[in-house]
Amino acid sequence: MRGFWKLALVEIKIYLRQPEAAFFTLAFPLVLLFIFGSIYGNAPNELFGGRGMVDVSTPAYLAMIIGSTGLLSIAISISSYREKGVLRRYRATPLRPAAVLASQVVVHFLMTLVGAVLLIASARAVYGLRFPGRAGPVALGFALSALSFFAVGFLVASLARTARAAYIVGLVLYFPNLFLSGATIPKETFPPAIRSAGKFIPLTHVVDLLQGLWFGDPWGRHALAIGVLAGLFVLGVAVSAKAFRWE
Amino acid sequence: MTEDAAAIQVHSLVKSYGRLRAVDGVDFSVRPGEIFGLIGPNGAGKTTTIECLEGLRAADGGRVRVLGLDPAADGQELRERIGVQLQQSALPDDMKVWEALDLFASYYRRPAPWKPLLERLGIADKRQTRFARLSGGQKQRLFIALALVNDPELVFLDELTTGLDPHARRSMWDLVKGIRERGKTVLLTTHFMEEAEFLCDRVLVLDHGRIVALDSPSELVRGLAREVRVLFTVESPLEAAALRAVPGVSRVEVNGSRVLVEGRGDRLICLVVNALDARSVRFRDLRTEQAGLEDVFLALTARPGPDGGAR
Repeated sequence: MRGFWKLALVEIKIYLRQPEAAFFTLAFPLVLLFIFGSIYGNAPNELFGGRGMVDVSTPAYLAMIIGSTGLLSIAISISSYREKGVLRRYRATPLRPAAVLASQVVVHFLMTLVGAVLLIASARAVYGLRFPGRAGPVALGFALSALSFFAVGFLVASLARTARAAYIVGLVLYFPNLFLSGATIPKETFPPAIRSAGKFIPLTHVVDLLQGLWFGDPWGRHALAIGVLAGLFVLGVAVSAKAFRWE
Repeated sequence: MTEDAAAIQVHSLVKSYGRLRAVDGVDFSVRPGEIFGLIGPNGAGKTTTIECLEGLRAADGGRVRVLGLDPAADGQELRERIGVQLQQSALPDDMKVWEALDLFASYYRRPAPWKPLLERLGIADKRQTRFARLSGGQKQRLFIALALVNDPELVFLDELTTGLDPHARRSMWDLVKGIRERGKTVLLTTHFMEEAEFLCDRVLVLDHGRIVALDSPSELVRGLAREVRVLFTVESPLEAAALRAVPGVSRVEVNGSRVLVEGRGDRLICLVVNALDARSVRFRDLRTEQAGLEDVFLALTARPGPDGGAR
């Protein structure tokens, strides 16, 4: 473990020095919260099954943070480290290769968590966010979702030959996930065709799972989402383990 | 030399990429405290060789011992004891100089204090500068500092001065000499023959993955036995015959006041000057041209290319 925590700490500092990375994780969810919050408020609304807009959107925005971290931040940072030769330089030290990758997971998970806490605290302070569910299951669901999307990020970084390719693939995956999953625009406003198409979008399952747990659903009601996310995780890890290149 | 005494011992090293034999049966050993150079044209196998020694690449065949360890099997242990500067590598753009040193120091069991290292490498004033903002020379200094942060016994420098201006290159040379003065062994690759000639105790010339020569730079140059040329300007008329009579001289060319003398022998210059003096011929702007390592390199690695010249 020598070197690992210091690497994670330095990576956090570096992350915060890149405004564009921090923007999507920390600021953008707040921007959406305030825009939609100021339009709809958080009064109970028929459209959302009698729930408030902010109550429904907050867990959905959590899904958005997870999606952008996995599909963009992780994919781009790992592939650009490889392209520039940062990974090569680390490999020439006694630091264990797994520690380099693990530090990326730790850093991005922490940043995702900070984004989530900021969002929840703001929604509560400004719009009186309601939380009928329990914290434990929501935290677990959040962790499962994050790990499965991080694994997809690793998969993109492993298969893309260049940082530019990883960036493009990341964006191509990210935007449909963002808009068709209900992570930004509430699913309740979608026409039925798009709602059913959304079932094939992985992030939809994160939105479903986190919204469900947020409102106190038992795990059993979200077996499909859990299955999809666990499957993505296994797929991402297995393919990355085979295809990952250090240079 | 026994195997234990050698810093590096390489027996019939082979490494292929697909059908290309990048390194094709290379043998050499490096003594402790030596500055050992690997030179050769692009694609000769220098970097592949060095990466096999560092344990970054697995050899296909042969036997390699670095500080008595097998890089393929004991890579982790070996990397504790060697310092590495890679030809192509980088740090994250937004990592600061001091953070890089502090971080890399934490990777080793016995790190050297890194603050004096920054002083020695002349980048102490760049402590707070991010990697992306450093100049090429400063980046190389930082990479040397990182290569020394574990107080290694053996340092690998792969094309340390490529892309640097002549000033920066000269100061890198002083740094490399300084590393050796601290009792460390250095293995370096370079494209600059001047650099190999100035720094290296011994030079290995690689071409197409094979050794074409291995000796000290001066021996390699002597082996080439090129003629020495002496050029000067005379201030009074000179009979060419007077110089032709000097022992060792093979050719004299007088072109107005410019004179060119070609010949062999360590004392040629001295004899020519004496002959001029004896005839009271005043001369100025005397210079000599001698074969250097560059001529050796070109002679050893020359090959016909599509344009008729060396590649």
